[in-house]
Amino acid sequence: MSTHQKALWLFGGVVALLAVASIIGAVLKARAGNPSSRDVVENLNARVRAWWGMVAVFIVAFVLGQTTTLVMFAFASFFALREFITLTPTRPGDHRPLYLSFYVLIPVQYALIGCGRYGIFAIFIPVYAFLLLPAIATFAADTQDFLERCAKIQWGVMITVYCISHAPALLLLKIPGYEASNALLLFYLLLIVQLSDVLQYVFGKLFGRTKLAPQVSPSKTVEGLVGGGLSATAIGGAMWWITPFTWQQSLLMSFVIVVMGFLGGLTLSAVKRSLGAKDWGVMIEGHGGMLDRMDSVSFAAPIFFHLTRFFFT
Amino acid sequence: MRPSGALLVGIVKLLVGAYPRWVGCQPEPRQRIYFANHSSHVDTLALWSALPRRLRHTTHPVAARDYWGHGLKKYIATKALRAVLIDRAREDKNANPLEPLIAVLERGESLIIFPEGTRGKDVLPGPFKSGLFHLAKQFPQAELVPVYLENLHRSMPKGAIVPIPITCTVRFGALVQVGAGETKDDFLARARNDVIALSGKQQQS
Repeated sequence: MSTHQKALWLFGGVVALLAVASIIGAVLKARAGNPSSRDVVENLNARVRAWWGMVAVFIVAFVLGQTTTLVMFAFASFFALREFITLTPTRPGDHRPLYLSFYVLIPVQYALIGCGRYGIFAIFIPVYAFLLLPAIATFAADTQDFLERCAKIQWGVMITVYCISHAPALLLLKIPGYEASNALLLFYLLLIVQLSDVLQYVFGKLFGRTKLAPQVSPSKTVEGLVGGGLSATAIGGAMWWITPFTWQQSLLMSFVIVVMGFLGGLTLSAVKRSLGAKDWGVMIEGHGGMLDRMDSVSFAAPIFFHLTRFFFT
Repeated sequence: MRPSGALLVGIVKLLVGAYPRWVGCQPEPRQRIYFANHSSHVDTLALWSALPRRLRHTTHPVAARDYWGHGLKKYIATKALRAVLIDRAREDKNANPLEPLIAVLERGESLIIFPEGTRGKDVLPGPFKSGLFHLAKQFPQAELVPVYLENLHRSMPKGAIVPIPITCTVRFGALVQVGAGETKDDFLARARNDVIALSGKQQQS
């Protein structure tokens, strides 16, 4: 089967899955009796509607090619960083590093992927940006909370730009015997991360009894994590035919993606709460903000990228 | 809406979101005077962009001629925003500076004004100038809507030329009226308190 045919099957599968979810949502809506279950169903349906939109955007980017995909992820980084900075108390003295982050770091980071410059892509933010951001912050001559302010901007850039950019960076990899199929690998990563989130949510709602980390992320349950995580891993193993992996390798890779995605959701939930918020934003109806949807991706993408690059190129 | 206006709204939403929250009233096509706190040059654009498209056409921001009166800014203000420019400097001492605002209200259209008159550097607004009171007295049929713009002082503090992206919510509060026999100072203090109440923050004494 060619890459093209595989992509068609994948898109068909995702669309069919969403159609089933929409039908289930409509049935649940008709049945929901009391106000609290109506709220849950309404939120579920809002999520499904938002998924239609996100899948449509992704399919369009996929069909139009690498440049469009990069632009799409650059915008995802932009909105995620905008949410991060909105919740982070900044002072007028942070203006220069923020200009640099939004208007220079984001475009350059994604342009480096576009030009295929892995060497500089990998260190541009952790080395150059991390030293220059605090350096230009000193020009404002405001030393109050200087370390905290710099650290917050650096963390925001790290998560929203550096980490998220590793997802489309999969397009850079030269994997022998897998030429011109890298877009499928990107699809694979996003599919497993998001399926894991969705299945953890579903298992949690159906069987969730034991809260996992009530202070950090009240909705996460042990039953949700185990049931959702294992199913997502199994589905990942079964998707080996779109990857350069054998089914055993694919199973392991999916497991790593699921674990990292879970840790990302947990960690960024702690960050969010330390900033005094419940959701990162309001952009995506039912889900919250861009970062509520990308938190797991930001942790899974760099590790998946590195493991694939280390073992398969 | 004009293409330049649509483009402008797109850019404003990309940079600062300008998400509307109709807390105390609904967006309705009645004659209104929206009055808001003023902390940055993006305020005018954000409030106007937060309105539904059908209301933007007949809602005119009031902008200072000394800032918005030249070059590209003048083009944006007069062509895209259809703003009303006023003289803060009052070069002609005999002219009523509210004249262009009165002209808009006489046509039955709406205004966006910043009663502080200038940008503050605090999260909460400073004292209001009297223009709002005079307009309210002269046009009692126009509804007065307090508005609180959140976060914009962080997007574009005084001295900044380009805004940094930050999510701003625009909260529209419940209608205010001048009470029978209410003095100018009492009304202005009350109107200001309504804006402060929308911020959800306590006033620091």
